[in-house]
Amino acid sequence: MQLRYFAWVRERIGRDAETVEVPDTVATVGALIDWLSARDEAYAGAFAERDAIKVALDQEHVDHEAPLNGAREAAFFPPMTGG
Amino acid sequence: MTHAKSAENAAPQDDRPPAAITVRIQLEDFDTAREIERLSETGANVGAVVSFTGLCRDENGRLSALELEHYPGMAEAEIGRIARDAAARWPITGLTAIHRHGRIAPGENIVLVVAASRHRAAAFQAADFLMDYLKTRAPFWKKEHLRDGGSGGWVDAREADTRAADRWSR
Repeated sequence: MQLRYFAWVRERIGRDAETVEVPDTVATVGALIDWLSARDEAYAGAFAERDAIKVALDQEHVDHEAPLNGAREAAFFPPMTGG
Repeated sequence: MTHAKSAENAAPQDDRPPAAITVRIQLEDFDTAREIERLSETGANVGAVVSFTGLCRDENGRLSALELEHYPGMAEAEIGRIARDAAARWPITGLTAIHRHGRIAPGENIVLVVAASRHRAAAFQAADFLMDYLKTRAPFWKKEHLRDGGSGGWVDAREADTRAADRWSR
């Protein structure tokens, strides 16, 4: 699965994209965040404010309960501030 | 660098012709007058054109620039979805949304929304709706660059923007 990070999530993790093999046991967006947070302190720090993390699957907004359903790309970012 | 322009048509409601929807995400500035003119020329049935331009403020001299990061692909897709929603809710003839990314200095343009319709109410409301949802759902993030050379950090999302978007779903 392709992962993408934006704004302060990107800065805290220290990269803007990566490809990962997600285990079958990780079935939802929330579980994916837990799985990533367990990798190291940078990920744990980036995802610490769980409520501030917005997620898109294949470039559409989803909530943390959403199933991954074979999505090819997941993106993690803070609340948006465009306009 | 200009990302691919996407011009899509909303699904026609009743016997109305589909609205001409244009969404552009770009590094370079845009010409507000030209974009207004373009939607004014879409047909003799256009009786109202409303435009909104969002500019970069210097926050009373504190900022030297804003850096706008975006999610290429999703930014175009999400604004396109919001524009099609607006076209389904109001009888508009045309809707244009242009959002810049990259480093933008105080006084420069950031975003443009233009809505055209037969009568003014639909154009005003469609433009207002598009801006409210664009601010809370389009994947853009602003980082401040300070005049004293430092970084002011990422701009926080405003609760007032979320409330403004929520009022359309009540």
